[in-house]
Amino acid sequence: MSEYLNTFFFGIYPYLAIGVMVFGSFLRYDRDPYSWKADSSQLMSRKGLRWGSNLFHVGIILLFFGHLVGLLTPHWVYEPFITAGQKQLLAMIAGGIFGSMCFIGMVILIVRRFGNARVSATSSFWDKAILLLLFIQLCLGLLTIPQSAQHLDGSSMIELAHWAQKIVTFRGGAAEHMLHENIIFKLHIVLGLTIFLVFPFTRLVHMFSAPIKYLWRTGYQIVRKRG
Amino acid sequence: MSIRAQIGMVLNLDKCIGCHTCSITCKNVWTSRGGMEYAWFNNVETKPGLGYPRNWEDQEQWKGGWERTKSGKLRPKAGGKVGLLTQIFANPNLPEIDDYYDPYTYEYNHLKTAKESKTVPTARMKSVITGKTKDAPDWGVNWEEILGGEFEKRKADYNFTGFEETQKQMYGEFENTFMMYLPRLCEHCLNPTCVASCPSGAIYKREEDGIVLIDQDKCRGWRMCVSGCPYKKIYFNWQSGKSEKCTFCYPRIEAGEPTVCSETCVGRIRYLGVLLYDSDKILEAASVEDEKDLYQAQCDLFLDPYDPDVIERARADGVPDSWLEAAKLSPVYKMAMDWKIAFPLHPEYRTLPMVWYVPPLSPIQSAHENGLMGSKGMIPDVESLRIPVAYLANLLTAGDTAPVTNALERMLAMRAYMRGKTVDGVTDISILEQVGMSEDEMDDMYQMMAIANYEDRFVIPTNHKEYSGDSPFDHEIAFATKAECGISFGNGCHGEEPPRSNLFGSPTHANTMNGSFHGAEKTEVKMATQLEIGRGWKQKGKS
Repeated sequence: MSEYLNTFFFGIYPYLAIGVMVFGSFLRYDRDPYSWKADSSQLMSRKGLRWGSNLFHVGIILLFFGHLVGLLTPHWVYEPFITAGQKQLLAMIAGGIFGSMCFIGMVILIVRRFGNARVSATSSFWDKAILLLLFIQLCLGLLTIPQSAQHLDGSSMIELAHWAQKIVTFRGGAAEHMLHENIIFKLHIVLGLTIFLVFPFTRLVHMFSAPIKYLWRTGYQIVRKRG
Repeated sequence: MSIRAQIGMVLNLDKCIGCHTCSITCKNVWTSRGGMEYAWFNNVETKPGLGYPRNWEDQEQWKGGWERTKSGKLRPKAGGKVGLLTQIFANPNLPEIDDYYDPYTYEYNHLKTAKESKTVPTARMKSVITGKTKDAPDWGVNWEEILGGEFEKRKADYNFTGFEETQKQMYGEFENTFMMYLPRLCEHCLNPTCVASCPSGAIYKREEDGIVLIDQDKCRGWRMCVSGCPYKKIYFNWQSGKSEKCTFCYPRIEAGEPTVCSETCVGRIRYLGVLLYDSDKILEAASVEDEKDLYQAQCDLFLDPYDPDVIERARADGVPDSWLEAAKLSPVYKMAMDWKIAFPLHPEYRTLPMVWYVPPLSPIQSAHENGLMGSKGMIPDVESLRIPVAYLANLLTAGDTAPVTNALERMLAMRAYMRGKTVDGVTDISILEQVGMSEDEMDDMYQMMAIANYEDRFVIPTNHKEYSGDSPFDHEIAFATKAECGISFGNGCHGEEPPRSNLFGSPTHANTMNGSFHGAEKTEVKMATQLEIGRGWKQKGKS
């Protein structure tokens, strides 16, 4: 039974979740562009945003790219430079710092979203739910640090990376890498995939629209021709 | 040189009676939707006062508009592109709802449903956002109406910049006080900071008529435009999560009709007309070093619609002939350029605004009437007007009093001259010479300003949709746009009107403009009331 669940959550669920995220987002962008937004609540209250929002966003962006690079870089690429053990230590320290930033930010944001009458009243179900989901996910992520500290050889990290790399390159047998991992890692991954799953139905879609292109706009003004 | 045309507006403040008809008609058409209760695309402020949102004019506080760097370059006052993006998680310059006002309604249903009691039931005030009971409003869109509130607070008005404290105190006294109305809407600037600070590129200026619009499908709600606009005329719709602004009633303008605010103005103070300008020189004009030169720099952008070279060049740049004809009759050009009586609002923000204002005359102080103060011949000295010229100059010309004085003198001269002509039967040319105008010019100005006929006030050529095709007579355009919806909120023309619920989100509030508020058992009671009324009518009809 546990092997069945393992195959489902780490072999099949990733494709389900990412599939829903990709197609759901396409669908939303195409069929309901009016709903595609960052959904800021700053108009309702600016209190707590300066620290809360900045710490949260900077923290989570760095965490995201940390995961992306950490999980998807093949072993042979970094091997000549650092050992797996060193890489794990790096991940623990960087994750710890960014995770703490994100944690402080999220606590402020949660107090604000649930505590401020105006912000709370203008929040949708998913505005609140996604915040809590992310917070639980962050806590799970931070809990993996003491867990990792018990085996600093990097072996567990390599297994996780193998799992992720097999998933994204459509190779079979990914789930086997997860079989003997600690429950904390498993929960962290399952919840992470669940966040992918609900992604298109929440405000998270705004990250696809991160306005980096703005930096390359020639001049400042935009004039549209008749059309 | 690259010539573009824009429909500009002039508001003759001398005739504004502060009736708010413009605001109400605008609200009914454009902002009677959920999330926009607090927003007024057009509002009328009583000056001196802090205005709406509170203290909007003070860019040291809000960082709206542009600043000129030491190297002579322009950049949004809140920061360049990198600077703005670093503020995207928490915009330090964004007004809060309380800076506008907490929208409210009254618990009217309680009057119907209250049980029998010793005291009369009351309809208590409710915040439409939270549904919480409020004791009393504490700020609003026209809180300072006709000098409401204490002068101690109102004297923080930005236009008192340069006034000494004792002088300000003097204007707080009953005998010396002064006031004027200032109707405000989006300025549809030539160099808009909202467009510049939108990271999504959702805001744009239309080439054919200069109207600045927000593409609701491209807006991601980064809210940098709200703080970027120094006039605070972009509003964040808290229900849709998108920014909205005055559309200059573009569906009406395209059809050759005046905007709703202009059409319904009972004082006939609003004028709409075409201005031709050189779009290549915008940046240069907005970057002049001395703020006081900005008014003149903007005037220099406007082109003479009678100049054959201008006409030829404009044609080559795609300005339709009907627009060139309209430009010749443009009341806006006449008031701004020929008679020099209209001015941009706060040119020092460097946005080159396109809604201009004729400064108001005001009662002559009693000292003058008693013969204690001087006058220039038949024209009273503008210094003896109740509204200080320096105040108007801070509002309209970045503090340069000379052009404002000139305009006020011309308006006073018009009165003196016409009074002589119609009451005394004397045509006193010396008055005109004093203000450097000819008899014909003054007659025109009188016709435009005092009589203000509808067809003189609004000279609006229709939009030429066919010009968007490959040739000016592209029939494909007509077919392609046939039966399209004129305007919609998001999702193009398909799909239901918001608020709507689907997989990708649901509104948190019902439309609160119908008197409902958050958390009230609105639907049942309201529906019942409406049904009852409906039945009552039907029964009456039958009997």
